[in-house]
Amino acid sequence: MGLVTPSGGLLFWMVIIFGVVFFVLAKFGFPIITSMVRKRNDYIADSLKEAEQARAQIEGVEEKCRQLIDEARQEQGKMMEQAQTSARQTIEEAKASASREAAELLAKARADIALEQREALASVRNVVAELSVAVSEKILREKLSSDEAQSDFVAKAVDQVREQQQKLS
Amino acid sequence: MKKWLLILALCLLPATLCAAEEEQFDMGPYLFGHIGDSYEWHITEIGGHELSIPLPCIVWGKTNGPAVFISSRLHGGEQYKGYFIPSEGDYAGKIVEKAADGTLVRPFDISITKNVLAVMISGALLVWLILACARWYRRHDVLKEAPSGIAALLEPVIVMIDEEVIKDSIGEGYERFSPYLLTAFFFILINNLLGIVPFFPGGANVTGNIAVTMALALFTFVAVNLFGTKHYFKEIFWPDVPAFLKVIPIMPLIEFIGMLTKPFSLMVRLFANILAGHVLILSVVALVFISAKMGPVLFGSMSFVAVLFGIFMDCLELLVAFIQAYVFTMLSAVFIGLAHPKEAEPSK
Repeated sequence: MGLVTPSGGLLFWMVIIFGVVFFVLAKFGFPIITSMVRKRNDYIADSLKEAEQARAQIEGVEEKCRQLIDEARQEQGKMMEQAQTSARQTIEEAKASASREAAELLAKARADIALEQREALASVRNVVAELSVAVSEKILREKLSSDEAQSDFVAKAVDQVREQQQKLS
Repeated sequence: MKKWLLILALCLLPATLCAAEEEQFDMGPYLFGHIGDSYEWHITEIGGHELSIPLPCIVWGKTNGPAVFISSRLHGGEQYKGYFIPSEGDYAGKIVEKAADGTLVRPFDISITKNVLAVMISGALLVWLILACARWYRRHDVLKEAPSGIAALLEPVIVMIDEEVIKDSIGEGYERFSPYLLTAFFFILINNLLGIVPFFPGGANVTGNIAVTMALALFTFVAVNLFGTKHYFKEIFWPDVPAFLKVIPIMPLIEFIGMLTKPFSLMVRLFANILAGHVLILSVVALVFISAKMGPVLFGSMSFVAVLFGIFMDCLELLVAFIQAYVFTMLSAVFIGLAHPKEAEPSK
């Protein structure tokens, strides 16, 4: 039957036409389209990957930020506490040292005062002694202006010394 | 309901118009005239006068030598340079010449027949479409613009065939074959679709012609075997089977036949599907002409049914047009993929 026997002429033309169509399309048609589409697909895939990476990065950065803030807050708390304790310490220390110093000063002052007192007393004693010596000198000079008086006095003094020596021995 | 009645009444209208015609409808020539090839492109008949496009005939016979002429010269059984078209016999409808002993002989015949012209038109249309699409890509930056116009129309189809059919069937290295397979797909699709269009640039039964599908199958055969790997040919001619199956070459013979049946199945599948579709639609339409003699009521109702069924068949054929192009492409891709077995795989 004619339907199932291929006609040579049609086969011949068909091969030529399809060959030409194939040649033209394979050279100038499909490779351009498919390569462009593939290029775009790659681009989209890359963009998606990059977006994913960027998102991950942002998440990382956010996490880091949160960590940093937390750390800073903790540090702040710690520092506050430290500052408070150190302030308290300083105040206490200051108080202690102040009282110590005050006590020292007081003691020193007291010692000074005592010293001064003693010195003053000593000087007063000296002055008194000198004065009494001077007064007694004048009195003696007045009393011993005569020779009898002198010898009396010497005799008395010798007696007194003797008595004193006897008392001592 | 009113609408249906109106449609029925309209269907009955031709009954009264054509009632005068007293011609017996002949199914055979009607069917074969539409699905077969011919030397002229018959369009219609207006008032007994045939309107058809004459096409160039190119023949080279042993007796009469080469000749190029227009097919209208042979109209009505006339002779030109010893060539004529017999209306019956083995060579009915084909150009023949008389040999010296009086027998009819077919000359070497590469005439531009109806199907050749249809293939030329669809081929040109396809080239124009795809190049227009490629031009868009050449002139636009795909990374910045979405395809528009013809590129937007064709890109989804190209991408679908390229990635879901070709890439999945062939695997690695599919880029080398995708231009051929895409060309085959669009070529078959456009011819299938034009075959459904009932008037001039369409209407030819191109992909339902065995010579056309044979050419396509040949291209696939070449694509499969020209680029087949060593491994593929080894599996055909020296497969891993017991030696006695190779000494008496049973397995190589079977494998070799398998090599040929693959494109053969492609050829027959496309041919039979499209031909069957054409025959079905033509038969349904023929109901109108057959029932013309059966009285107005039967004629009207049959016409109504025929038109409805014809619309249904046309929709089905649209689907078939796509499916057959898809199947041809997919199987070609699978065959190409089979010719590139992975070396690492253990051979079965």
